[in-house]
Amino acid sequence: MTSKSGTAATVTLRHNKVDLALHLLRPEPLDPATPGRPLLLLHGLGDRSPHGVPDWVSSWPGVIAALDFTGHGASTVPAGGGYSAETLMADADHALAYLTDADPERSITVLGRGLGAYIALQIAGARATQVHGAILTDGPGLAGGPTGPSSQSVFSLETNGASPDPYALVELGRDLRPGDYAVSFVGLANAASPASIPISVASSFRPKWLTAVADAPGVAETTIADALASYA
Amino acid sequence: MRGGSGTVPPVSDLAETNTDPPALDEHGESPYAGARRPDRAYRLPGQGVELQVYEWGDPDAPPMLLMHGGFDFARTFDVFGPLIAAAGWRVVTWDQRGHGHSEHAALYSWDGDMRDTLAVFDHVAPGRPIPVVGHSKGGALMTQLADAQPHRFRCLVNMDGIPYKRNIPDVAEKERTTMLAKDLAGWLDHRRRTRDASRRPGTLDELATRRGRMNPRLSHDWLRRLVTTGGYESDDGWRWRIDPSLRFGGFGPWRPEWMLMRLPGLPMPFLGVLGSEMEEMGWGTPPEKVMPYMPMDGRCEILDDVGHFVHIEQPERVSALVLDFLGAPS
Repeated sequence: MTSKSGTAATVTLRHNKVDLALHLLRPEPLDPATPGRPLLLLHGLGDRSPHGVPDWVSSWPGVIAALDFTGHGASTVPAGGGYSAETLMADADHALAYLTDADPERSITVLGRGLGAYIALQIAGARATQVHGAILTDGPGLAGGPTGPSSQSVFSLETNGASPDPYALVELGRDLRPGDYAVSFVGLANAASPASIPISVASSFRPKWLTAVADAPGVAETTIADALASYA
Repeated sequence: MRGGSGTVPPVSDLAETNTDPPALDEHGESPYAGARRPDRAYRLPGQGVELQVYEWGDPDAPPMLLMHGGFDFARTFDVFGPLIAAAGWRVVTWDQRGHGHSEHAALYSWDGDMRDTLAVFDHVAPGRPIPVVGHSKGGALMTQLADAQPHRFRCLVNMDGIPYKRNIPDVAEKERTTMLAKDLAGWLDHRRRTRDASRRPGTLDELATRRGRMNPRLSHDWLRRLVTTGGYESDDGWRWRIDPSLRFGGFGPWRPEWMLMRLPGLPMPFLGVLGSEMEEMGWGTPPEKVMPYMPMDGRCEILDDVGHFVHIEQPERVSALVLDFLGAPS
């Protein structure tokens, strides 16, 4: 299903019981003769996809799309919570499937902000052969939760189906992010990505998991502009 | 979707059994010695996900909670629950989200399960501590909840639900990376199919046999009962009710030993009941590894020659252990 909002068309992807909104911010490449690969933008915690092509990615030559995660933006806000970063990784995988027509020979580049950066790292490792570079940048939810067991709180929240889902804000704001778990995705990306340097860290703030990632082999510390240029 | 037809399946479906299976009863359920349907069943709104709740025993008796394991459902307590109720307890159990007759959710996580559990606590015993028994994942989750909200627990029994550590294969790093890549890709491929997924149908005995591969120590007659209490029959055969989006196994940042770390600090009386025999649906915990982590007011009983489903393999023995531990109902 496709709808138009302003200049961007929105495609609805079905992930289990959730309708995901994938916004085609630039549905066609700048030069059809050299289409390149799509760039997928992943927003931060509590945020939503931009309405148009942001200036800081306008240099990208190919298609640009932005995904609203489950519980965010125009995507379904499910009842009862139960969020995990891995479920959002599967959200991103649905967008990858759409942008590559489910062709395993095709690839995308991913740029994630905040929570989206953590998801970009995960999808870069989990679908390494199809992610030609992941750019990790600042944004809401970059820190995440603890790196190990901590004191817990269990409670219910008043929800009314409005986005962003309060359960998303709480559960994804405190999800466990051990450094070695994050680095395992770097290892996967290094093993199979078509990009020679598959992960680029372009953030100012470095929570522990991101510090571990930045210190890992195969990871560049760079700027958004340089990372986009290297992956284009 | 309809319930059991009440007819005996044809002989061709009985390939795995040597005797005629029992006919389904008036509720469409396959009988099993000692098993009894719950005395009451009702829906509970929960926290956004509707839960199916069951009870055995006098509704005015002191309550206690039973929590099932992953990929199980509340009716797996059809023998064990009545034994506890017979001792004077109001036994309350429920199907976790996505399992049995409870609502299929969009999302599944331990946070979601713990929140649903609190809805049951608040319905059964608002503001006061009660005894709790959990099996497998139910035991692990209740242990975590007991650490987070000890005021709700008068005591805790954990039946074979103490993870020790992940079974990390003793292989080279490169091979481990390959295995992880395969696991992740498999899981993502599964998630891509969830939109249209349904459980694989079969005859009643086929489902029982299939389940038996995961529960090799349990009898075919018991597995047939599981199919008729945890499955449903439609035009093309029987299916398990469990949400097709749920998949056994998984990955993520959580480490089994993190649950173990919560054990020593539990302030309420604690009883662990572990089977000595390792099974696929179990946690692979060598019982002797758990002993150093027992809380101050805790102990662990290790049952020789018993597998993961301790309360199903040896219901009288385990219920006696539990009832002795709980003390008189109050």
